[in-house]
This record gives sequence, structure tokens and C-alpha cells, in this order.
Amino acid sequence: MLSLEDVTVTFEPVGAVGRKCPFHAVDGVSLTLDDGEILGLVGESGSGKTTLGRSILGLAPVSAGRVVYRGRDITGLSHAALGETRRELQMVFQDPLSSFNPRHSIRRALATPLRIHKLVPPGEIDAAIADLLTQVGLPASFKDAFPHEMSGGQLQRVAIARALALQPSMIVADEAVSKLDVSVRAQILNLLKAIHAKSRMAMIFITHDLHVARFLCDRIGVMYFGKLVEIGPTEDIFATPCHPYTEALLGTIDKGRADETRPALRRPDLSFPGCRYYERCGFRRDACREAHPALGTHAPGHQVACIRDTFQPA
Amino acid sequence: MSAEPKAALDKPVLDKPVLEVRKLRVALRQGGGDLPIVEGVDLAVRRGEVLGILGESGSGKTVTGSAVLRLTPASMRVSAEGIFFDGTRIDTLDDAAFRDLRGKRLAMIFQNPTASFNPAKSIGWHFRWMLKRCGIGGPWRERARELFAKVGISESQAMLRLYPHQLSGGMLQRALIALVLAGEPAVIIADEPTTNLDNIVERQVIALFDTLRRTTSAAFIFITHDIGIAATLCDRIAVMYAGEIVEEGPAAALFSAPKHPYTKGLFATATALERRDAVLSEIPGELPALGARPAGCLFEPRCTLARAQCRRARPAMSSLVDGSGQRSVRCVLYA
Repeated sequence: MLSLEDVTVTFEPVGAVGRKCPFHAVDGVSLTLDDGEILGLVGESGSGKTTLGRSILGLAPVSAGRVVYRGRDITGLSHAALGETRRELQMVFQDPLSSFNPRHSIRRALATPLRIHKLVPPGEIDAAIADLLTQVGLPASFKDAFPHEMSGGQLQRVAIARALALQPSMIVADEAVSKLDVSVRAQILNLLKAIHAKSRMAMIFITHDLHVARFLCDRIGVMYFGKLVEIGPTEDIFATPCHPYTEALLGTIDKGRADETRPALRRPDLSFPGCRYYERCGFRRDACREAHPALGTHAPGHQVACIRDTFQPA
Repeated sequence: MSAEPKAALDKPVLDKPVLEVRKLRVALRQGGGDLPIVEGVDLAVRRGEVLGILGESGSGKTVTGSAVLRLTPASMRVSAEGIFFDGTRIDTLDDAAFRDLRGKRLAMIFQNPTASFNPAKSIGWHFRWMLKRCGIGGPWRERARELFAKVGISESQAMLRLYPHQLSGGMLQRALIALVLAGEPAVIIADEPTTNLDNIVERQVIALFDTLRRTTSAAFIFITHDIGIAATLCDRIAVMYAGEIVEEGPAAALFSAPKHPYTKGLFATATALERRDAVLSEIPGELPALGARPAGCLFEPRCTLARAQCRRARPAMSSLVDGSGQRSVRCVLYA
């Protein structure tokens, strides 16, 4: 349904002396997503998972590679050229308050997409809004509220309703539960799971929380510093993680795992040619200094970018 | 959730609290009357002890910590029946005298380490400034090396030359902790000190706090929303909800048998993901809005066990009859 081929997103901030410092936020990532599948992208802040999600929707500039949706290259297409595809790909952001216009009521926030895409006849928009709010567990009376009058959890429900309004075939959810409190987070996770069970739409779920990823996702991709370092079925990733970074991440939720990570003194160095994880890796070898390893197949559907397997026979 | 067995303390826990807070109240100043944020919070922490304040956002845990150190904004009104440090009342001190305590004897570690440093100055500059402020003379590089060693930084000379933006988040938080330790504070209030860090780094910094807990004589107040961290680090836990402490007791007992319906719900929710339940247990509803606080129990609108009595009056903290004499709960079920 969706495939990314060597997608690279480069930002060019201007340095202190006016020199451009190109920065590859996402560096040659390839992956695919099937209909009805939930793919989790996990990684720490700065790993490029958010930028990768945004690049799919054309919200981040893809400098190399292709985004292919149902056989059609949609990389860098304008809104007009995207046409119907724009409706089919939707996003839910981390901070619900900043993703709504504070001066628009909930009714207006939900009616606008319905009107633009002419999904519902004008006379039935109010009924459609009431139906959407019910789907996400809110009373229909909320349609007259404004974003600031709602709590974070309620507003995130509206954000989900807004994405659902267009009957998308895929949603990118970027840290959609990270800003919510534990008790409210459970409500939203249950809601997302129930909606997925009913609609079977595909989802890319971006999170730094491995428990959340395991709860929702069929497959998990692990990102580190712009690179996809491991990807595979959720159960495989948790049972037999292959990349030292994945192991370290799992160590944060499983206290039985030893921590092999070296504390890094400085921020990562962009000019280093070797493996991105070299400085913090507990298993590094001299060979790791030369180049960042390519993704290799560990098991069917389970790929990893690490040369450790070649040192330790499996 | 079960608390893990903790390593034995290398130092005695003294009985007399080094910091005691009685009936702390914080309210937001408003034209039509103040809106309460924190109501009647009692806290006591002894030397060598880690007291955890556990709560969700909006529970008043950060405001409580800030109010003790007079760091709340002017828009908030703070009052208390007394805040005592080493037996001396400090909430009535004038600002100059209080400043002399804060940062030296009473220290705070914030969530965002970047905001605690001057971005234009090196780490070394911050150290010299801190040592001077605490009146510690002698070779400062040597002192810095010792302090860095305590927080797990071996490259102290390189560290001193670097500027805050050059350090990774975890290292910056370690450097901040080393700075705070320079004054040998008697009380350290740590407000979500690992929340901004990435998971792996967070785990390492928590391990560092666990070491400090055992090797320094300071009392810690550890403010967190993370139940796992509270279970790892704290000796005693105070659970806050909507500006009140709803349950307090020794960490092990509290985690193995929570009593307050909110604590029970919170633990069930937080552990549901670890247990890998197909459907997560929820606490229905939301925190009461500021200015729309129920007259009765603050948790009553979300409580599945609520009865008519709960709506009439705010329950008081009552000791739990479990023989320990160390646990108390704010709920009519246990009154």
C-alpha cells in the first residue's frame, strides 16, 4: 500500500559563520506498510521518527528517495496534484492544543474537512459531526466547545475524530498519547485499538514508549539518529532484538536486561562516517568505524543494520 | 506493582525530620477570590530518606516543591502553618536570609537541565561560581573532579571546558547534579529530573540517583509521575491528586497494597501495559478543573466506589489500621 524507498530528509540550517550545515534528519530509510497494518516507529528524540512520518504526508521536504502510495509516486506533490490521496492520508499530532485553531469551535474544526472534501451533503454535516464525536467517546454537545475549554484527553479525541472524518486509509499518529497522563493515555490507547479493529485502516504510530508500541503495533521499526536500524514483527523485536540499540531500549522496560550502553559525553558528531551508534555501543569493533552498516535480513521480515552477527555465530 | 528490594542504606535514617511542611496551601490569585491549587499538604522527610511525591500533571506536585523553596510565581499565594528546616521555621524568614539557605542547604534539580545553566558560560565557570557562592575555597579543579566522579563523569577536565549546548542531555543533568552536590545540601528536591531524557539515558540517571541515595546524607524529595521510578528510588511515597495528598506510606507497602481508589486505579492503569492486557484499565473522566473543585471528595466524580457521603464533605487523612502506624489514606472507606 505504502512504500518508502531510500527516503532522505535534509535540513540545511545556516551555521554561525553563515556556512550551510546540511543535516540528514532521515537518512536513506526504506520500509513498506500493508493495508490494515499498524507499524510502530520507535526511537529517542532526534532519531528522525517524527520527520519520517511527516515526510510521508509531504510535511517534510524529501531531498532524495521516493514515497510511493498505491503504486503512485507522491514525493513532493502539491496539494492539488495529490488530490484524493490527500484525504486518504491523515495525521494526529502530539500536542492537541496546538493542532487546533483556538478561535474555531469544535463544530467548525470538524466541519471544514468534511466540506472541503464534499464527503457529506451540507444539510447532514451536523449529524456527521455528532456521529464522529460519539465514535471517539465524546457527547455530541461538545461540538459547541472551543479547544481551550477542553482537557488534553478530550481534545486528543477530537483530533482523532478529525482524522477519521475523512475516512482515511492510513493515519500517521505522532506521539499521539505522549502528552497525556497515564490514566487518560489508557483511554486513548483503548480508543485507537477499538477504532482500528472496526475500520482496519493502516497506521504509522510514532512513539518513544515501547510498552505503547507493543500494545498497538503489528510491526516495529527502530530508528537511531536518522537511520532505520532494525525492523520486524513486534513479537520478534521483543523476543530476539538484534541491534545493540534495540537491546538497550528494551532494557529500559525490562530491568533484567544488562545495560551495555556507554554514556555519551557530547552530542553526536555528524561528520563521523562509521556506524551511527558507534560511540554508545557496548559491542563496537574497529570495523564499525568505517561505514554505517546496511540493513540485512536476520529472519524473514526481520531486518537489522549491525555487523555483530558476523562476529557471533547465531 | 511490587517495589523491588532496595539495597541497604550505608547511613542511619534519623528520626527527626530535616524538612517538615505543615498544611501548605497554594492558590492562584484571582479577582473574584483565590483558586486553590494545593490544599493542606503535610510533608516530612528525614536525613537519608527519599520521599516520593507521585502524581499526574495538574496534581500540584511541582507547585508543592516550588512553594517550599519560594520559587512559585507572583501570581500564586502561598501559606502554611509552618515550614521547618532542621527545627527552625523558615517560611517566615525574610528573602535575604532565605536566599542564603536556598541552593546551599536546600537545593532543587529541575526537569530541564538546559534551563538551569547559563548558555554563554562553560561548565567550569558554573563550578567556580557555585563553589564561591558556597564559600568553598581550595583547588576548584580538584573539587570538581571529585564531584564529577560522584555522578559518573570521568572526563572532568574535558567537561569543564565544554559549554552547555555541547553536552548530551544526560551529561548535562549529571553536571547539574554535581553542581547541586557541591554545596552539600541537607535537602534536595528533584522535580521530574529524568522526564526530559531519553529512555536509555533516563535509566542511567535513575541508577545514579539510586547510588546518591545510599552514599550522601541528604534527604531527597523526588517528584515524579512515573510509578516505576518511584518504586525504584523512594522509601516513602505521597500520592497527590488535584492538590491534595490522598495516600501516604512506605513505598513497599503502598505499592503492594494501594488503598485509595485513585492510587488503585493509577497503578492498575500503569501496569496494564506491562501485563500486556488486551484492553487497558482506565480511570474514567478527568481531573477537576481549577475553580470547579467539588466540595466533597476531589476524586468522587471519577470514583467507582463513591457514595452519597463522599459528596458532602472532603475526607480527612486518617491512619490506616494495619498495625504499622505508618500509612494514611484520605478516603471514607478507611476512616
